[in-house]
Amino acid sequence: MHFTINGTAYTAEPDIRTSLLDLLREHLGLTGSKKGCDHGQCGACTVLVNGRRINSCLSLAVMHQDDEITTIEGLGTPEDLHPLQAAFVKHDGYQCGYCTPGQICSAVGMLDEVKKGWPSHVSETLGDVEFNDGEISERMSGNLCRCAAYPNIVDAIRDVAEAKA
Amino acid sequence: MSNTNSLKMDKPVPASLLDSGSQGIIGRPLDRKEGPLKVTGQATYSAEYQIPNLAYGYLVGTKFGRGKVTNVDADSVRAIPGVIDVVTDFKTFLQNSQQGGETSAPTQGVQDVHYFGEIVAIVLAESYEAARDAGIRIKVEYEEAEGRFDFEAHKDETTKPPPNNIPAHFKQGDVEKAMADAATSVDVTYTTPSQNSSAMEPHASIAVWDEDGALTLYGSYQMPTSDKTQLAKSLGVKDKKVRIIAPYIGGGFGSKLGIAPESVAAAVAAKQLGRPVKAVMTRPQVFETTVRRSNTEQRVRFSVDGEGKLTGVGHETLTSNLPGEGFFEPTGIGTHFAYSGENRLINHDLVELDWLLSGSMRAPGEAVGMMATEAALDELCHKLGVDPIDFWKQNEPSEDPEEKIPFSTRQLVRCLEEGAESFGWSKRNATPGQVRDGEWMIGMGVAAAVRTNMLMESSAKVAIDANGRATVSSAMTDIGTGSYTILGQIAGELLGLPLDQVSVVLGDTDLPDAAGSGGSWGAGSSGSAVYLACEMLREKLAKAMGCDPETLTLKDGQAIADNRQVSLGSLVGDGIEAIGSIAPGKMEKDRKQSSYGAHFVEVGVNATTGEVRVRRMLGVFAAGRILNAKTARSQCLGGMTFGIGAALTEDLVHDPRNGKLVNHDLGEYHVPVNADVPQIEVHFLEERDQFANPIHAKGIGELGISGCGAAIGNAVFNATGIRVRDYPITVDKLLDQLPPV
Ligand code: FES
Ligand code: FES
Repeated sequence: MHFTINGTAYTAEPDIRTSLLDLLREHLGLTGSKKGCDHGQCGACTVLVNGRRINSCLSLAVMHQDDEITTIEGLGTPEDLHPLQAAFVKHDGYQCGYCTPGQICSAVGMLDEVKKGWPSHVSETLGDVEFNDGEISERMSGNLCRCAAYPNIVDAIRDVAEAKA
Repeated sequence: MSNTNSLKMDKPVPASLLDSGSQGIIGRPLDRKEGPLKVTGQATYSAEYQIPNLAYGYLVGTKFGRGKVTNVDADSVRAIPGVIDVVTDFKTFLQNSQQGGETSAPTQGVQDVHYFGEIVAIVLAESYEAARDAGIRIKVEYEEAEGRFDFEAHKDETTKPPPNNIPAHFKQGDVEKAMADAATSVDVTYTTPSQNSSAMEPHASIAVWDEDGALTLYGSYQMPTSDKTQLAKSLGVKDKKVRIIAPYIGGGFGSKLGIAPESVAAAVAAKQLGRPVKAVMTRPQVFETTVRRSNTEQRVRFSVDGEGKLTGVGHETLTSNLPGEGFFEPTGIGTHFAYSGENRLINHDLVELDWLLSGSMRAPGEAVGMMATEAALDELCHKLGVDPIDFWKQNEPSEDPEEKIPFSTRQLVRCLEEGAESFGWSKRNATPGQVRDGEWMIGMGVAAAVRTNMLMESSAKVAIDANGRATVSSAMTDIGTGSYTILGQIAGELLGLPLDQVSVVLGDTDLPDAAGSGGSWGAGSSGSAVYLACEMLREKLAKAMGCDPETLTLKDGQAIADNRQVSLGSLVGDGIEAIGSIAPGKMEKDRKQSSYGAHFVEVGVNATTGEVRVRRMLGVFAAGRILNAKTARSQCLGGMTFGIGAALTEDLVHDPRNGKLVNHDLGEYHVPVNADVPQIEVHFLEERDQFANPIHAKGIGELGISGCGAAIGNAVFNATGIRVRDYPITVDKLLDQLPPV
């Protein structure tokens, strides 16, 4: 099978039982994506597949022939941080750091959903979504953070969204 | 000359060198040192080490709650491709996790099963997929026995537990008489359910033995120094044969204080296989087999005289644990000194149940104890028609009401006053159920926070190399608490170095022994060790400069004295180092030491559905010196959010038929999500505590949760007039009392 992960072509023969998350973590050594539950309940494993955020623990690797996968390692490096990564550092949008790669990948996907005008549960209207803290919180609620950096995560994402706008 | 600077806290340290440093970085809200690694996925957690020839382990738990395993049928899974072996060791495997800081092995032996999910075997395979497959399919034969799985049914059969950090029973004066004589009193019972720390990183260990019989365990543990001893004792090897490596820990909150079953299972299996083994708990296993916070039933009594003065305090608690495990949830730990009143009764009794171990979870004691006492106090104030803040002002004790010793610092009333001012407390309508915002009933609540301060033995080494860079090293951990950053700031302040010129190396038992992270003692204890090492280094630097340490100024990598300026690097030759070592002393007994705070909460309760939303939240805290305003604030955000969970959603449900945790995952055990948490505000009061330690800082990681849940419950009462005494406050407990739609 072929995948593109963070711009690099990979060939692998995954076990049919292997989740995309386990492919990354256990087979390819890309441990930036985290396993918090393996049940689709925490969001720690969030990656971008063809630009959309998914829980990689809920997806089998064999379903991703030719997909473009972006993990936290593909967004930036310590020397060259992605704007969201930099904003998470500045606003202390993490503590233990375990949920953080998932939060950041999720935020990337989320901002793109907003750009496309997709409404959320808290949107007042179906079109012309107004972007505010409530929208950020709602749309990031699939990513648990037991350290509870939530207010700081909202600050970080708002910062980046405003800089873009 | 010894290279160690030791201090036992037998005397106050009136002047801290941190107040006379020239670098100006202590206290500042600097970004976390390890931040760039964490946000890029480069920080390595325990399950992520790339170890050659690794075998994957899958832990096998029982599907019954009490009885005996008669056979682990390895043959039932051997044929599955990739399976290497099934390992069990009925004597050595851990029945229970260990409590924090213990230096003995936890309870071992798993043939007799004491709770549902107990780990009895580990399946080893070449891949995780094969190990999991076999682990799910393996046949475990057993004989089931009668068990005690129902708290309600057994709560009359109590035992008095051994003393913990407080005695189980305490009595002063006569509470019964105080209640009988009272002008006003409350006598109410609150309950809190079992809870789970739910750190986002599941417990994980990789065990690697070398040819000399030494074990390296990459393990997600908060207190590596004592965990190493626990592990060595469990395995019957010498302490020095065990090394634990834990530079990054994906949260702990108490659940990783002592070693858990996966560590010993991995170590035993690795030994038997002759190759490294990784054992990671599944999320349900974390719930079922590590540790829970005990459920509690708390009777709280307050009595006041005609002047509104507290005359009596009663706090009697039932908690639960496995037979033989002495730990009790010390709900009264804060009650002992938070409230005045001459007549006092503070008792804890245990109900022995066949449920998994109960132990420490963030702020053991205060976290759920104050959910009861601060709610009962609100009930009392409501009955008296007195504002809780005025009540506190009138009843604030001037000294520890039991030990009759002074408080080291106590700014509780100031926390309340300052919080009231900035929260707009005066706008609260004290009559419940008066304020509406559309379909939402609005209420405000307040609660006090206290959290006992602790100092633990801890050591650290600080070295300055020939380039003038410093390195701090210690077996201390950073579980998200900010240790890397604050230890760097302390060293940088004292040695005159910017933070990026200080490296901090933690989480390795080959480094100097340390307190680890727990009980909010981490910063005060390990920070003091770094302080003491730096104090010695400053003396060495002064000697090299030929001046008194007092006249030496260290700033930006330069040593300045007598109109001379020399770079640190050129002063230290090939490098210098010193070890700092702190230990608790008489100050623990001479002064009551605690951090204090006040919580202010505004909630909306949906008049139709009963849904409770926290709309605004403010915490004002006094915890000695704040070492880093950014990470300290984050600690408080975390604690307060735990408070939201405890008040509104977290409820670990035990099946009364077999003890099985009905909601053993993050889909069913509800920790707060982003949308549950408003943009919380946190304020710190300026404070120094010279009795606590030389850095004058006190614990902060647990202060935010203490009292917080009560403030939420009190706000719900103010919004609706409904007093829920059975946490969490879920819709089903409000619905039938809401006003007609
Ligand atoms: S690990 Fe995938 S959602 Fe939790
Ligand atoms: S940073 Fe620890 S769980 Fe989010």
